[in-house]
Amino acid sequence: MTYSSAEIWTIIIIMGVGTFLIRFSFLGLIGDRPMPAFILRLLRYTPVAVLPGMVAPLVLWPAATDGQFDPVRMLAAIATVLIGIWTRNVLWAILGGAATLYAAMGITALL
Amino acid sequence: MPTSTEKTRNKSAYWAGVRDGAPFILMAVPFATLFGVIATDAGLTLAQAMGFTVLVIAGAAQFAALQLMVENASIAFVLLAALAVNLRMAMYSASLVPYLGAAPLWQRVCVAYLNFDQTYITSIARYEARPEMTVGDRVAYFLGVATPITPFWFGMTFVGIVAGQAIPDAWALDFIMPIMFLAMVAPMVKSLAHVAAAAMSVSVGLLLVGMPAGTGLLIAAASAMLTGALVEVWMERRAR
Repeated sequence: MTYSSAEIWTIIIIMGVGTFLIRFSFLGLIGDRPMPAFILRLLRYTPVAVLPGMVAPLVLWPAATDGQFDPVRMLAAIATVLIGIWTRNVLWAILGGAATLYAAMGITALL
Repeated sequence: MPTSTEKTRNKSAYWAGVRDGAPFILMAVPFATLFGVIATDAGLTLAQAMGFTVLVIAGAAQFAALQLMVENASIAFVLLAALAVNLRMAMYSASLVPYLGAAPLWQRVCVAYLNFDQTYITSIARYEARPEMTVGDRVAYFLGVATPITPFWFGMTFVGIVAGQAIPDAWALDFIMPIMFLAMVAPMVKSLAHVAAAAMSVSVGLLLVGMPAGTGLLIAAASAMLTGALVEVWMERRAR
């Protein structure tokens, strides 16, 4: 890294302010003014629209295996989703997914 | 002036949030430690690494920025790439408006500062499930979810900087984050429209994975939101 201390602080502060402004944007500016019905409809799908697309490449091409498909990680991902849909409970899905990951890793290590 | 029963209710919403946020300590601990370790290795001072964590408080963007800084990218490129990674939070911000838009400005400022993946998804799931919540309850719940996560995020970054001990690869911690995200979103898939949106998000996300820093994800998210809304409209027409 060849930046000066001032340059590093510039990056940190602009990133901090920029990130805050992104997070504050709509919540801050719109406040409680009414929004069009179709926009509200779109926004209802925000979580299911962002997270699956963010996670999918990490599941198919994990960084830890240099992008090679890994059946153990795939199995853990599938288990997490199924338990999450079945129990509707985040904690059970995390625990079930992590247990699957470590159990499958253990079994693969033994084979 | 809030009445005393309102205050009691806000308090119980806050504690419900604390309880629902607690599992995410599992993720905050290893990733914050890792950030501290990597930041120190990259040559940041203790103050700079802590400044990063406290001012930006967004794991993925912090790691992305650090990676580019190690490669000596231009300052403008570091900023552009890292902020692009965070642009999804503008969508989070917009989708909170119907629930929190009526809160006082200072409360919206606090929520905005603490609006990261875990606090957002956990809170929005609760707001959808309980439409009877007041705006005060919703803000209290959001701050409750952030309460267990944030101190660990800050504290463990500090530990990572000081201890500088990397976590062994054998723990497969790289995959804890995907598991957390999947666990957060799976219970929210409640209708055909949600399934369609998630499928579109995955397809476009994979297709555009080569696009620079988060831009592919934005396109995937926008097309998935549109898919969800259109399928919902179509289902309503059919039901009539």
